[in-house]
Amino acid sequence: MTNEELQACLTGEFTNAEVKIGKQYVEILVNAEELHDAAIKLSTEPLLSFDYLFCLTGVDYPEKMQMVYHLESTKHRHTVVLKVNTADRVDPVVDTVSDVWQTAKYHEREVYDLLGVKFNKHTDLRRLFLDDSWGFPLRKDYKDEVRIVER
Amino acid sequence: MSETKEIIISSDKIHTDQYLVNMGPQHPSTHGVLRLLVRLEGEIVHHIQPHVGYIHSGIEKMCESLSYPQVIHLTDRMDYLSAHMNNEAVCLCVENALQVEVPDRVKYIRTIMDELTRLASHQLWWCVMGMDLGALTTFFYGLRDREHILDIFEETCGARMTLNYSVPGGVMFDIHPNFQKRVKEFITEFRKKLPEYDELLTGNVIFQERTNDIGYLSLEDAIAWGVTGPSGRGSGFSCDVRKHNPYSAYPLVQFEEKLDTKGDSFARYRLRIEEMHESLHIIEQLIDNIPEGDYAVKMKGVVKLPEGEFYQRVESARGEFGVYIVSDGKKNPYRVKFRSPGFSNLFALNKMAAGHKIADLVAIMSTLDLVIPDIDR
Repeated sequence: MTNEELQACLTGEFTNAEVKIGKQYVEILVNAEELHDAAIKLSTEPLLSFDYLFCLTGVDYPEKMQMVYHLESTKHRHTVVLKVNTADRVDPVVDTVSDVWQTAKYHEREVYDLLGVKFNKHTDLRRLFLDDSWGFPLRKDYKDEVRIVER
Repeated sequence: MSETKEIIISSDKIHTDQYLVNMGPQHPSTHGVLRLLVRLEGEIVHHIQPHVGYIHSGIEKMCESLSYPQVIHLTDRMDYLSAHMNNEAVCLCVENALQVEVPDRVKYIRTIMDELTRLASHQLWWCVMGMDLGALTTFFYGLRDREHILDIFEETCGARMTLNYSVPGGVMFDIHPNFQKRVKEFITEFRKKLPEYDELLTGNVIFQERTNDIGYLSLEDAIAWGVTGPSGRGSGFSCDVRKHNPYSAYPLVQFEEKLDTKGDSFARYRLRIEEMHESLHIIEQLIDNIPEGDYAVKMKGVVKLPEGEFYQRVESARGEFGVYIVSDGKKNPYRVKFRSPGFSNLFALNKMAAGHKIADLVAIMSTLDLVIPDIDR
C-alpha cells in the first residue's frame, strides 16, 4: 500500500487515533489505554499485517514521554510508526507489546533501563545494561556527575 | 542485580539435576564481553539468558551533546566491522533531512566501500567460525585475504577499521589514484581464494556434522524476534534493506538476495559465503563506472537539521542497522537511537540453542556473527 492508501485504511480502522503522513512514514498516535489493542489489530488485520517490529524506543520530551514503534509488514512491505504518549512523564507506564512482537521483550527492557518507562504485564522487566542504583540516563533531567554530557 | 534474584527469575524451579553455568563475560567464543547464563542438564542446554552491558558506552546519550558530523565518529565504534555502513547511515539520514542530493560519484564510492566492508567483515567471521569449531587454519586464511581490503581502506581513507570516510554531503576525500586498480586486483585474487574456503570448511565432514540441522530458527520466529541479515535470511526472512529500501547506488546494480529456508547453522553459514560472491559481483559492476565529478557537495559549516524525526535503514554486515534522529532544529540532535542488528539477533539465541549440546551453542553463536559493542552501544 502507498502511504496515502495506508493512511485511509488506518483512519478507517482506528477511529480514536490520530493518523497523519509524516516526513517518511505514516504515523499513528494512539491513546495509552488502547496501545495493546492497537498492536494486536496492526499485527493481525490481514490488510495491515505488521509483523516485523524493527525499532522500538522512547523519547523524553519536555511535557511527555513518548514511545515510538517502527513497524513493517513483510507481506505488504509497508511501514508505519506507532506512537503513544504516556500519561505521566515522571512515572511513565504503558502496556507491553512483547506478547505481540517477541523482540519487544528486550527492547522494552532497554527502554525501561535507560528511560524508566514501566511496561504493564511484561514477564521479565529488569534493568538490562545498568545497575539498579543508576538513574535513567536518557532522560533530559539526568545529571551525569562524572563526565558531563548535557545539551 | 543480585545473582540469586537472577537465578530465581531465569529458572522456574531449581531442579537438582540441572545447574547454571556462566559462559563469559571472559570467554574466547563470545568474542567480546558477553555473559550467557546457561541452564544445563548434563551437556544439554535448557535455557540461555544473555546478560549484556559490560561495555555499554552510552553512545546514544553522548550523541545528544555532539554535532552531527561528530556523531558519525561514534557510529563506527559500535559495530566496528561494519564501520562504513554505520557512518553512511547517519550521513544518509542527515542528507535526507536537509534534502541534499549527493553526486553520483559519491553514491558509487559509498556502495563500493559498503561492499568492501561487508567482505572484510564476512572474512573475519569466517576466520572465527572455523576457530570456534577448532579449525585454526581458517583463521590464517581469512586474515590473509582481509589484509588486502584493509590496505585498500588505509590508502584511501587513512584508517583500516574505523574509517570515518563518509561525511554529510559526500566522502571526506577523493579515492586514491590506485583505488580502482587495487580493488580489481583484489577481486581477481579473492575469486581464486573463495573455493579454498569451501574446500577447507564448507565441504568438511566434521563441519557439516556440527552445523547441519543444528540451531533451527523458524521463519515466524525470525520475524517475531527481528533477526535480520544473513542470520534472518537463513530462515527465509526476506529482509535485505538493499533490496527493499535501496539507497546509494544499490538501485543501479544487479544482485540477488540469497535466501535459505532451512534455518539451521549451515544455512546461515552458506548464505554468508554466497553473500561474499554477491559483494564481489556488485563491486565489479561499479568499479569501472565511477562517474567523474565532485566527491562531496558543499555543506554549511554548522549542520542543523529541521525540526522533526528522521529514520534511515541500511544493511550492515550483520543485518538491518537503523538510525532514528529526533531534531529540535539545533546543531545537535535531541535524541538519537541506533537500531543495532546484533541486539535483536542475540536474544533469539535461546530459541536456536535450547535442546542442543553446549558445544553446539558455540557453533550457533558463531553463525549469528555477534559484535558486542554493537549490542551494548
